[in-house]
Amino acid sequence: MAEKMELNEMEVWDGNMAASQALRQAQVDVVAAYPITPSTPIVQNYGSFLANGYIDGEFVMVESEHAAMSGCVGAAAAGGRVATATSSQGFALMAEVLYQASGMRLPIVLTVVNRALAAPLNVNGDHSDMYLGRDSGWIQLDAFNSQQAYDLTLMAFRIGEDHNVRLPVMVHQDGFITSHTAENVRPLSDDEAYEFVGDYKPMNAMLDLAKPVTYGVQTEEDWHFEHKARQHADLMTKVFGKVEEVFDAFAEKTGRKYNIVEEYLMDDAEVAIVALGTTVETAEMVAKMMREEGIKAGVVAPRLFRPWPYEQIKKALSKVKAVACLDRSSPNGALGALYNEVTASLYQSDNHPVITNYIYGLGGRDFTIDHAKEIFKELDANAKEGRPTTPLQQFVGLRGPKLSFY
Amino acid sequence: MKYLGWDELLPGAILFSFDEEMEKDAAEVLPENRPYAETNSYTAYVGDWRVLKPVYNRDLCIDCQFCWIYCPDVSIISRDKKMIGVDYDHCKGCGICVEVCPTNPKSLLMFEEQVENEKALAQWPEKE
Repeated sequence: MAEKMELNEMEVWDGNMAASQALRQAQVDVVAAYPITPSTPIVQNYGSFLANGYIDGEFVMVESEHAAMSGCVGAAAAGGRVATATSSQGFALMAEVLYQASGMRLPIVLTVVNRALAAPLNVNGDHSDMYLGRDSGWIQLDAFNSQQAYDLTLMAFRIGEDHNVRLPVMVHQDGFITSHTAENVRPLSDDEAYEFVGDYKPMNAMLDLAKPVTYGVQTEEDWHFEHKARQHADLMTKVFGKVEEVFDAFAEKTGRKYNIVEEYLMDDAEVAIVALGTTVETAEMVAKMMREEGIKAGVVAPRLFRPWPYEQIKKALSKVKAVACLDRSSPNGALGALYNEVTASLYQSDNHPVITNYIYGLGGRDFTIDHAKEIFKELDANAKEGRPTTPLQQFVGLRGPKLSFY
Repeated sequence: MKYLGWDELLPGAILFSFDEEMEKDAAEVLPENRPYAETNSYTAYVGDWRVLKPVYNRDLCIDCQFCWIYCPDVSIISRDKKMIGVDYDHCKGCGICVEVCPTNPKSLLMFEEQVENEKALAQWPEKE
């Protein structure tokens, strides 16, 4: 039996430690992992917990991220609670197996420390890897700081493992800005955390020898479409309610309330930034500052990136006049993903704000208070004119001539 | 097999091997007594994938079970450690059974698919 760890009411943890502690407290049966910057400390801490007797489960060292996720798929199909961690290139190497995991409906928890994708090689944070995962059939939760990385990792098990959901869950945090910044984190005790997550309840486990089952079947044009549709339908209809239920249960236990779409100063906001990750906290700070300048600014942040919360986004932006969608990933030949999703969500709305797109922060480039202020000022002009006063897509914080499109 | 709609499928595209839960480990029950599901490959015929077939010669076989162990598709039928023959519904004709057969001459040999087994046995080679 694993040793229990004495934790203080307030710990000083970075995002990586927060995620490792949540994995330890969830008493994961199998972690198969291959380290990669900046998520290396998640598995490093976990390995040290194991070596020091705080973990009963298995830690499988593998030769690549493809093997890491494959090991997770095998262990999850066998009937265990499973988790791993990765970033960037490792995430990209896992991509093939991510679809296997979700298609087989295996509730693996993947803690992703977001990092740019090469080339050129870069170890710092942006959302390229998170966006790469968006069609993979996983549930994607986004943490904006270390406390949230801890909380959401615990909640991820309870969401994904529910027998009505049975889908793998990614918990994202920003590389370095969250993963390596020590912050105050209020953890649950080991007992409280495990009680919240609950025992793993296997479903159609391969190791049930009385009822053998095949995972990874081949289906062609006669069956494949129905299986994919079933998975999509479950993502669209079964996840939102479960996420809300788990968020509510967590709030009851800790007082920390999460929402599928987070809103800041949106009650009377006329202009809003939609963003993900640590940028949300910067935007919130600046929104408050803009109000002193007479601009009614607010912030909307999808906590759940997949499945995409159309209804909640539509509602959150039902009164604003101008919206900026901030994408921290090179869209490589299109408007940014957030721009596309938000615009699609609002097309059916009674409210049709001016929506513009900003590409920022690639490869860990700083997103400053001044950048956010400039965006809010441009939104204010858009709101007053009732049409875009800037190009639809602009690059922020980029050297060289101003880059913009449409 | 009846085509099901998306809402009738089990999540995960999984297939159960048997229609009912076994009382004991399936390995302890002979294949012909297992309640195979319609979707199990046990009932699927894939013999037409084969170009060459292994023919079994009972007179030479020493029941060493090498072919049974090495067959990658569980297509060697053996009961109580006695060779019975080849499952032509599932054998793909890979020839591994022939390769591992230790007798002289071999107790399993590959023949063209269309050669009848009786004729194949009649032209069996002599001991070398």
